[in-house]
Amino acid sequence: MTTLPLLDIRDLTVEFSTRRGIVCAVERIDVSVGKGETLAIVGESGSGKSVTSYAVMRILDRAGCIAEGTITFSGIDLRAASESDMRNLRGREISMIFQNPRAALNPIRKVGHQIEDVLMQHAQAGSQDVTAKAIELLEQVRIARPRERYHAYPFELSGGMCQRIVIALALACRPQLLIADEPTTGLDVTTQKTVMELVVELTRQRGMSTILITHDLGLAATYCDRVTVMEKGHIVETATARAIFTAPEHAYTRRLMRATPRPGVSLRDLLPEDAIARPTAQVLPIAADKTPLLVVEKLVKEYPSQGASRSLANLFRRGPAPESETFRAVDGISFSIGRGESVGLVGESGCGKSTTSTMIMRLTDATSGLIQFDGADIGTIPAKSFARLAIRKRIQMVFQDATDSLNPRFTAARAIADPILRLGGIKGRNAVRARCEVLARQVGLPLDLLDRFPHQLSGGQKARVGIARAIALHPELMILDEPTAALDVSVQAVVLNLLQELKETLGMSYLFVSHDLNVVRLLCDRVLVMRAGRIVEQGPTNQVLHAPEADYTRELLAAIPHPTFEPESNHARSA
Amino acid sequence: MSELAVPSGRPARGLMALLHHARYVLSENPVTAFAFGLFLLIITAAVFGPLIVPYDPYASNTAMALKPPSMAHWFGTDQLGRDIFSRVVVATQLDIFIAVASVVLVFLMGGLAGVAAGFFGGWTDRIVGRIADTIMAFPLFVLAMGIVAALGNTVENIILATAIVNFPLYARIARAEANVRREAGFVMAARLSGNGDGRIVLTQVLPNIMPIMVVQMSLTMGYAILNAAGLSFIGLGVRAPTAEWGIMVAEGAAFMVSGEWWIAFFPGAALMVSVFCFNLLGDGLRDIVDPQRRT
Repeated sequence: MTTLPLLDIRDLTVEFSTRRGIVCAVERIDVSVGKGETLAIVGESGSGKSVTSYAVMRILDRAGCIAEGTITFSGIDLRAASESDMRNLRGREISMIFQNPRAALNPIRKVGHQIEDVLMQHAQAGSQDVTAKAIELLEQVRIARPRERYHAYPFELSGGMCQRIVIALALACRPQLLIADEPTTGLDVTTQKTVMELVVELTRQRGMSTILITHDLGLAATYCDRVTVMEKGHIVETATARAIFTAPEHAYTRRLMRATPRPGVSLRDLLPEDAIARPTAQVLPIAADKTPLLVVEKLVKEYPSQGASRSLANLFRRGPAPESETFRAVDGISFSIGRGESVGLVGESGCGKSTTSTMIMRLTDATSGLIQFDGADIGTIPAKSFARLAIRKRIQMVFQDATDSLNPRFTAARAIADPILRLGGIKGRNAVRARCEVLARQVGLPLDLLDRFPHQLSGGQKARVGIARAIALHPELMILDEPTAALDVSVQAVVLNLLQELKETLGMSYLFVSHDLNVVRLLCDRVLVMRAGRIVEQGPTNQVLHAPEADYTRELLAAIPHPTFEPESNHARSA
Repeated sequence: MSELAVPSGRPARGLMALLHHARYVLSENPVTAFAFGLFLLIITAAVFGPLIVPYDPYASNTAMALKPPSMAHWFGTDQLGRDIFSRVVVATQLDIFIAVASVVLVFLMGGLAGVAAGFFGGWTDRIVGRIADTIMAFPLFVLAMGIVAALGNTVENIILATAIVNFPLYARIARAEANVRREAGFVMAARLSGNGDGRIVLTQVLPNIMPIMVVQMSLTMGYAILNAAGLSFIGLGVRAPTAEWGIMVAEGAAFMVSGEWWIAFFPGAALMVSVFCFNLLGDGLRDIVDPQRRT
């Protein structure tokens, strides 16, 4: 590249003033992005990758300031630009896709109107064609039934769809620079693929530049020209995607690559080489009993499929209501889980895997079908009264979002103690505390963290608290609802190993709900692949992942972005 | 294990932590510190008022009637020669008591009803919502007047009337906040831990909506004081000889035209200062009780 880079960051230092003095979030970093180039900034949480992008957009929060350095965007000094200039640049010239699509969308405005707002704001459309353009954008981000979804509110859409709306918003004005901050983190692999391909396509078509901020090395490798690796506010390595993946120079890059789940490795391989192996306690012999622990037969969950507006319409309509007003989230699935077995439930968002798990957890009532746990039919017990039954403690769950699943006003110890106090049958403050400490040790949570509130804990620590709470009652069946989806890869590696170890020592069965086949591959004996409420394929993990029978499974496998570069540097190879 | 790196400083515990936090918030925000100072002053006046005032607030002395503020009588004297300073200070007790009692009452009624409505939905929601709507349909002050007029001119009825008038506000805020948290992960987790609905509401949902309720309570304190004083002002509250800001303003209002401004001015100023104080306090309190700010 001979011309000036589109975006040039020199010596950037961003500081945050906090209660404990000034914290340097980003220290003296240099980043440049050429016209039409795609740059990935890879790092784990807290590495300063998001802060860098906020500095470019000048949307740092009040406590943060750019202490040093320059940011030049096509000749404009962004640090000195006036706020009104910045407003013009934002959205039209530099666009940003945020991490949390729900937070980025106005919850009380129809998504179609939100897209229109952007188009009108930057004079990209007039009042006649604005609706058509908005629908076209929805189509481009592969929203099914865009005309209908145009009228949807963000809460009516899945997380994946919300993110696609956000992407539609960002691309609405065809900006020169797109900053995508973990754009596909909450998305399905196939959606991720289509979205990233769309971004790459647009980048090429319009000579747009993209900064992709991600923790996913595979994603960075597949879709970016250059990769910058950040750690704790510093850039440790910048190189072409190929170079960084074939010959990573910095130790941190190597460690990051090692922790990324990929085919052909075992769980242990994810941990750093020097990790001290935790002494494995004796493995509980799994009862030779061949009767499965959990049997699910022809399970169905139906939801009424209309929103409030339709029911209002019903009031004014004469004659009988039209048929098929229900939506089958789970459509007659059958499977079983043996004792000590871990079964992966894989599928994309909206396939009904979460509904299935909440039904088995007895948090929701099934419409029809059988749920048999250890010979007892638990499906017929209403979810409302299940909480107080003794059987409750035999089925527990680790939630997807560790932050959301911890009461912000409970300390870690109080959160772990909750099930013990209710169902554990342990009395006395000290006894409960002692049990909490045992559990904390089991999940590797330092004891001095027990008195902290969730917001004082890191993501991995919160995940451990959630796991400790789930195993507190010695459950026989544990449902893991994407327990590592929100974690950094290195933390994920540790947590997955922990889960495996706990399963062996406590003799639990797992139902591992996930969208990530690479993770499922590591932890599960058997895999169920779900799509649109049905199981399309099930079988032993190796068989399903190496010789998939269903087209859908193949599609899923093909969509996983792959971190390893072939010598010929062929992009997007499939497993 | 790298993720075990400690994200924040020493873990602090219990009361000490709260004090530390309070000190931090106060030093960060001088306006809050000011409001707290005023609040302490008001509380002192309310608790120790009758002990520290220089004159008996009810002793009339016609020789000294209608004297402007002086060294002997800081706020002057009224038409019966009673010392206005003493009366203003002593009145604090009654006014603050009415305000606090009504706010606590409305928090218990409205807050709990709202949380139940938001958490359970369905019929509970409908019933609470319609009650709130019905109350909202009346002009609030007129409703309060009506309640006091119907039930009788007592302090308890003023408290009840003020509480009922504020009910919709509390019910609605609590409902909205509880509704958001109904589906939260920690509520599900609590259910898995064997908590019944009642316990979930009390231990999981309610503590999480406390910050916003506390702010609301502080803001309504100001309103409750005004409401009580207003009722007394129009003769529907506390009766005449009692030292109460509303009545004192009402009594003094007649003398404004003839130039004796101090009779109405000082109790009025006391009202204003206390309402102002509680409104400022609301924001400061939110910062203290909100765990997110406790970094």
